[in-house]
Amino acid sequence: MNRKPIFSLRGVEYAYPGAPSRALCGLDLEIAEGEWVALVGANGSGKSTLAKICNALLTPTQGDCFVMGRNTRDETCVPDIRRAVSLVFQNPEDQIVASVVEEDVAFGPENLGLPSHEIRVRVDRALEMAGLASCRLKGSFSLSGGQKQRLALAGALAMQPAALILDESTSMLDPEGRQSFLSCLGSLKSAGMTIVQITHRMEEAIQSDRVVVIDSGRSVWDGTPGDFFGGAYVRWNFEEPPDVSLYRELLSRGLLPDGTLPDVGAMLDALCLS
Amino acid sequence: MSVVIECLSYSYNLGTPAIVTALSDVSVSVERGEWVSIVGHTGSGKSTLAQHMNALLIPQSGRVEIDGTEVKPKAKGLRDLRRKVGLVFQYPEQQFFAETAREEIAFAPHNWGLRGQDLDRRVADAASAVGLDAALLESNPFSLSGGQQRRVAIASVIAAKPDYLVLDEPTAGLDATGIRELTHLLSELKRDGLAIVQVTHDLQSALDRSDRLLVMENGVGVTVGGAEDVAAFLLRNPVRGLVIPPLVQFSAGLRARGIEIPLTGDLDTIVRKVEERSATPLKYEPANGACAASDGQGRCSS
Repeated sequence: MNRKPIFSLRGVEYAYPGAPSRALCGLDLEIAEGEWVALVGANGSGKSTLAKICNALLTPTQGDCFVMGRNTRDETCVPDIRRAVSLVFQNPEDQIVASVVEEDVAFGPENLGLPSHEIRVRVDRALEMAGLASCRLKGSFSLSGGQKQRLALAGALAMQPAALILDESTSMLDPEGRQSFLSCLGSLKSAGMTIVQITHRMEEAIQSDRVVVIDSGRSVWDGTPGDFFGGAYVRWNFEEPPDVSLYRELLSRGLLPDGTLPDVGAMLDALCLS
Repeated sequence: MSVVIECLSYSYNLGTPAIVTALSDVSVSVERGEWVSIVGHTGSGKSTLAQHMNALLIPQSGRVEIDGTEVKPKAKGLRDLRRKVGLVFQYPEQQFFAETAREEIAFAPHNWGLRGQDLDRRVADAASAVGLDAALLESNPFSLSGGQQRRVAIASVIAAKPDYLVLDEPTAGLDATGIRELTHLLSELKRDGLAIVQVTHDLQSALDRSDRLLVMENGVGVTVGGAEDVAAFLLRNPVRGLVIPPLVQFSAGLRARGIEIPLTGDLDTIVRKVEERSATPLKYEPANGACAASDGQGRCSS
């Protein structure tokens, strides 16, 4: 894999002013162009701090963070870095700035001083990608929670970033909304977008290329979703999806033949019932 | 003593072209000491319904009654009704404004006129009810972890001594440990006699915990009932935005195979049933066709 790195973090430490302990303690991480990385970890493990470091919202107190080869310490690079890396936060309402959907999406490109036809093209594309084309003239605050989340995503996409950092952006969505949001990410990834997805929901990590576990401000595990769900996640007290628990329980009691898939239908078909 | 909602309808932007109907003809009631979950897709009206429960929104048509008093615009005693029903918003910690967790929790009782030792005791009680370490009361709420922040937020509502606690997506954004602890906390509050109304997307946990569930779809209450009834309903009638949890699917599959089992049993119940009805424990007869004693329908290829 010789893809260019988008993010290179070397020994990054960060302490919030006045906080007794460090949020990040010597974190090393490399993320390549076009990768979809799921960052998982408990509340307070440093995931959100990491997101802000990657977008130059915070500067490491020790160590360095390079975004596309540029150090976030270098103030002359910061505007470019922020343009290249879009951050979508936990609560979409914090990010909505205009009262009409299309105006909200246009806010970023307008601030870049782009010509109006270019703004229109970007807004159209971003709304299309976020699945909001039919809502473009609606009031931003009349949208449902899931739609607001996708509006925040559209606003980020209109900046045509090289990378997207999503900080728990699905936590307010219902299962269907989450599914549509994730499939939207899937198509962005196919289009070459680098995606860093911070999540508590283990099932969301399944679709990524790579899972990185953050614990107490360090990256403690890094591998494929297959290896992660193959056992690694047990070590960090992540919640096991209930069907996986059921699968392991039935398997360990010899109630399922080896080789059965951890899928409800497959398990039912494989049972030997009298 | 209960909160009774009858035929409630509510539209935002009423009387303007931008009208959005959030609730149509919803009925549900909540008794003290009961745990009721409201489930449904985003935009199904769950939050609007929750906000009617403490008179934050006034019914446009239909009735809301809190302990026998009807909620009406400009009615006397709305203030008392709001004190009876504590409402915890989505991401409540985003509304923190005080310098310390103590001030945050003391805000409501202070506003109701409590002072001095009474106020201190009220804060201490609320903090202990949510399992918040007293040492943390002097910290800046923003310096606390996500799980602790959620506790402070809930404590600040409990400090007003409500009889009903309405929580809008209380577990959103919490990690697995945080969710477990919060669920445990709510069960304890319920045991102490509080009614818990939980708005949630997590159907599995709602089925596990609730005495009754209300299922919402496009502003309409499509069914209300106990976990078993609601699970059975959802298997027959798919509802937008709700995915049948895997354990319920599995139990339904066992039923279809002639095993009598509740739809909403826990993992142990399911495993025990399967074990009882397993033709041959595969563990002990792995070699010559583990399923020799099976029903002959060829489901058990070894």
